[in-house]
Amino acid sequence: MDNFYMWMVALRTKFRAYWPLVKGLQTGLLVSTGLGGYMSARCPIHDWETLTGLLISLVASISGSTILNMWWDRDIDAIMPRTLNRPLASGQIQPGEALWVGVALSLFGVGIAVLMSPLFGLIIFAGVFFNIVVYTIWLKRRTCWSIIIGGLAGGMPILAGRVLGVGAIDWVGILLCLSILFWIPTHIMTFSMKYHADYKAAGVPTFPSTYGFPTTRVLVAFSSVLAALSIGIAAYGVGMTWGYLRVLIVLSTGLFALAASSLLRPSERTNFGLFKYASLYMLSSMLLMVIFGVLDVTT
Amino acid sequence: MSPRDRALLLVTGLLAAYQITFGIDQMCITSICAYTVAFGILLVSSLLLIILGFEVLESPIVVILATILPLSLSFGLVWQYFPAGRDLYFGFALAGLLAIIITRLLPMFGKISTVVLALVHGVSGLVITILPLVLVIQGSMPAGFVLLSLGGALIGVGGLLLSFLRLGKPILSRQQILTLLPVLLLLMTAAYVGGFAFT
Repeated sequence: MDNFYMWMVALRTKFRAYWPLVKGLQTGLLVSTGLGGYMSARCPIHDWETLTGLLISLVASISGSTILNMWWDRDIDAIMPRTLNRPLASGQIQPGEALWVGVALSLFGVGIAVLMSPLFGLIIFAGVFFNIVVYTIWLKRRTCWSIIIGGLAGGMPILAGRVLGVGAIDWVGILLCLSILFWIPTHIMTFSMKYHADYKAAGVPTFPSTYGFPTTRVLVAFSSVLAALSIGIAAYGVGMTWGYLRVLIVLSTGLFALAASSLLRPSERTNFGLFKYASLYMLSSMLLMVIFGVLDVTT
Repeated sequence: MSPRDRALLLVTGLLAAYQITFGIDQMCITSICAYTVAFGILLVSSLLLIILGFEVLESPIVVILATILPLSLSFGLVWQYFPAGRDLYFGFALAGLLAIIITRLLPMFGKISTVVLALVHGVSGLVITILPLVLVIQGSMPAGFVLLSLGGALIGVGGLLLSFLRLGKPILSRQQILTLLPVLLLLMTAAYVGGFAFT
């Protein structure tokens, strides 16, 4: 009994150490896009095996690739005040252990996905590959455009979910993927404006440091419009009824308004508000897809 | 902002989203647009308050949005339930909206902007309060529809509290008003959603 208790305490301690390493909120948001993509196909929610498989493969592959990203970036994380307390940068977790866990989780997630459907597995693998190899290792320290090209990784979960639901890559899936791709600059550029000095100290090129704040704000506004348009057209393509589309239009208007406000009256607070709202916007859009998928099947 | 306030605002936003999604489909297109604007303002405002806190109330845009909310709601009600007054109220709503935007965004108008705000806010608030009450008394609508009047009264209370606070003559302290605001917003939204459920 004592051994079991000690084992549980050790497990809990480990879990607490790894939680910041998998960026729980970011992983949760990406998993929600995968779920939204799956439910956009209006698949039966009572197919628990597929739904569970989807969630496990997404959580494992996204968490695994996030750990590998942090493993690779632990040197620059140790330089930036915002990240120097992260488990790897601060030495709470040994790099070798994190590498092992990251690889194991990623392989586990991709493996389950391949077993469920080869095409679904390929897209999950592409997500991991783009995140680790293209974004983290190849582009992140070379060019600020890494968030656009590497951003494809962020669009893979929603495309994978859609593919698992419909069995093929269709135009709705591509639009959903594009909506995430266009949403990422809003999310990351507002963040890099807030922590501009941190990134500069670590030598990571960002849009604010390369093109300046005004140009970055224009790009943020532009990407917000493109993201909202993509998700709106995709939602229409999915067959969402007007009630859901109205909510999407309202939420998109809020996004445009904040982006315009950030452009016309730039301030730290507006920038932070846009960053937070963009995340809520994406989460709400995915929730709408899920609710629509559930109610459309059960009614 | 306390977790209680955030929770209340989240429920307010969810209620507004519910109303936009499921609560207004059976109405005419003009009223749907008007109600979407009203509940949309409630939804986005709740989210922004959760994200940015009560400091967001200092923005000059808030005054405009806080007036468009009752204006669009009252316009939807008049269009749907008082066809004889459609043209007149459409003219009032359009003129009121333009007057508020112009007097709020251009600094030269001084106290005129407060008068315009009070007039537009007051008339639209009265319409939301009185029209459902009259319809219920006439027997045109079921008794539950009177909840809309309650919502109208609550929006009036909230508007008054915030207006006096901004004018520097608060009826209650700033802290008391900010404690009450999420409760008022939730009750008001719940009253509107409840009232429309009886249509």
